[in-house]
Amino acid sequence: MIEIRNLTKTYDDAAVVNDVSLSLAESGITAIVGPNGAGKSTLLSMIARLIAPTSGQVLVDGLDVQQTQGAVLAKRLAILKQNNQVGMRLTVSELVAFGRFPHSGGRPTVEDERHIDEAISYLGLDDLRTRFLDELSGGQRQRAFVAMVLAQDTKYVLLDEPLNSLDMKHAAAMMKLLRRTADDLKKSITVVIHDINFASIYADQVVAMRDGRVVLQGESAELMQEAVLQDIYDTVVQVREVEGHRLGLHYL
Amino acid sequence: MQAAASMPVRSRPTAGLLLAVGIVLVLAVVSLFIGVADMPLRDLVSSGGDAQALQLLLVSRVPRTLALVLSGMSMGVAALIMQMLFRNRFVEPTTTGTVEAASLGLLAVALLAPGLPVFSKMLVASAFALAATFVFLRLVSRIPASSSLVVPLLGLMFGGVINAVTTFFAYRYDLLQSLAAWTNGDFSSVLRGRYELLWIAGGLAILSYIAADRFTVAGLGESFTRNLGLNYGRILAFGLVIVSMVSASAVVTAGTVPFLGLIVANVVSMTVGDNLRRALPWVAVSGAGFLLACDIVGRTLRFPYEIPVGTVAGVLGSGIFLYLLLRRRARFG
Repeated sequence: MIEIRNLTKTYDDAAVVNDVSLSLAESGITAIVGPNGAGKSTLLSMIARLIAPTSGQVLVDGLDVQQTQGAVLAKRLAILKQNNQVGMRLTVSELVAFGRFPHSGGRPTVEDERHIDEAISYLGLDDLRTRFLDELSGGQRQRAFVAMVLAQDTKYVLLDEPLNSLDMKHAAAMMKLLRRTADDLKKSITVVIHDINFASIYADQVVAMRDGRVVLQGESAELMQEAVLQDIYDTVVQVREVEGHRLGLHYL
Repeated sequence: MQAAASMPVRSRPTAGLLLAVGIVLVLAVVSLFIGVADMPLRDLVSSGGDAQALQLLLVSRVPRTLALVLSGMSMGVAALIMQMLFRNRFVEPTTTGTVEAASLGLLAVALLAPGLPVFSKMLVASAFALAATFVFLRLVSRIPASSSLVVPLLGLMFGGVINAVTTFFAYRYDLLQSLAAWTNGDFSSVLRGRYELLWIAGGLAILSYIAADRFTVAGLGESFTRNLGLNYGRILAFGLVIVSMVSASAVVTAGTVPFLGLIVANVVSMTVGDNLRRALPWVAVSGAGFLLACDIVGRTLRFPYEIPVGTVAGVLGSGIFLYLLLRRRARFG
């Protein structure tokens, strides 16, 4: 379990994340939603020890992320940020192989090779193994990075806006894939996501943030209410039920 | 089946690399036998040997060829490492103020402590280069990530500012000629006893291979590196020390060759990619080959006179550099 205790991050006296306490489950999908500037990405980066908090603590299976050795944590928790370097000319299999670095230390064993092959197959990248990343479409490249994170074989996977730059088809496919990964491999996947409807359909748990604070934590049904959404996003969102899912309409 | 699928990727470059090493060896041999003084092969191999020919070979020709090979490979490797650490295709020691700072360091030694042994001079120059490169790195981190072409432009300006300071003091103390010799690569004066520091540069280039994977990971970004449990700061420090020492040893001995590393690193990236475990040997070999070729051209074009290798490489290099810039722009547009 990931426990977040009174986590705060301030830049020049402005609190980007303000006294957040949360716990993230051992398995399943948690979606972090909220308007721009709510502190979602900062929170995710602090959980993954990419940013040091101003105060507070994050414990991953009891290990304080600020105190624990990077290499130890890298076997339990993986994060994929947005804006990945697309100019790097690595092949898909080279990139995915780097996901094994915490385990292999750069000298992949047969076991590492198996994880690499599995991750590549799982994301349907078999035919693209030897292609360079800069020769792929945005969706294929995103899948390659997710494959790398899966090859890292950690219980906890944090993804910062994995649907960015994906079109409708690929965004839905990515969410289905994450759902399948969480179910099949019993992983705990936490995603920062902009589209509340993807959160509504695919997430087991929703965390809504606004102005650096957590305003709601619970099941997606609790989030998908007109009054709640209006409060979080400060705009009118109509909620309709379609085939058993609650969807928010903010286009009107 | 899975092993078979990944086999071709790994075995193909090895054969190519061996071929490239062969070409460099041929160039090196050619380089040994170009020169004003006659050095017939039979004199070298005949029993007893012609003392004069052997002397010439050992004191002048071999050191020059070795210096070219060591400089070429280390400048290529330094440029590639820099491109990973800056995450920018257009940086190398001569476009980031690194070389200019090493010259400033060397000038400071020449003015303040002229008696220092050459190795200590190199260390001082390295320290200056390291400081300037670090300052430039901080500067670059403040520019929006989108403007990749702004980085080398800023670097050239940064180098220009350092160079202005150096030129001012060199002018005041009548050292302008030495200054020109430090930065503009010229291997015609390389003799035994005057190039050996380049072995350090060559050694560092080879040493950097042990951190090849780490440099590649660093090229994927700081977050990416920390996610894999690696210490980004330590990789950065190791890389910058290598780059600074390579630049300084070039400045102290034969001088640097502008654009050499940048071009070699870009061409290698286009062909074998950016996985440094694969690319570093290629960059080292191509850097040595390119420099040897430029030197041979410079020595034969208006034989028996010489055109400095820096000039030849600069003309060829800036042409290729422009082509790379325009090609990249076209691809984005």
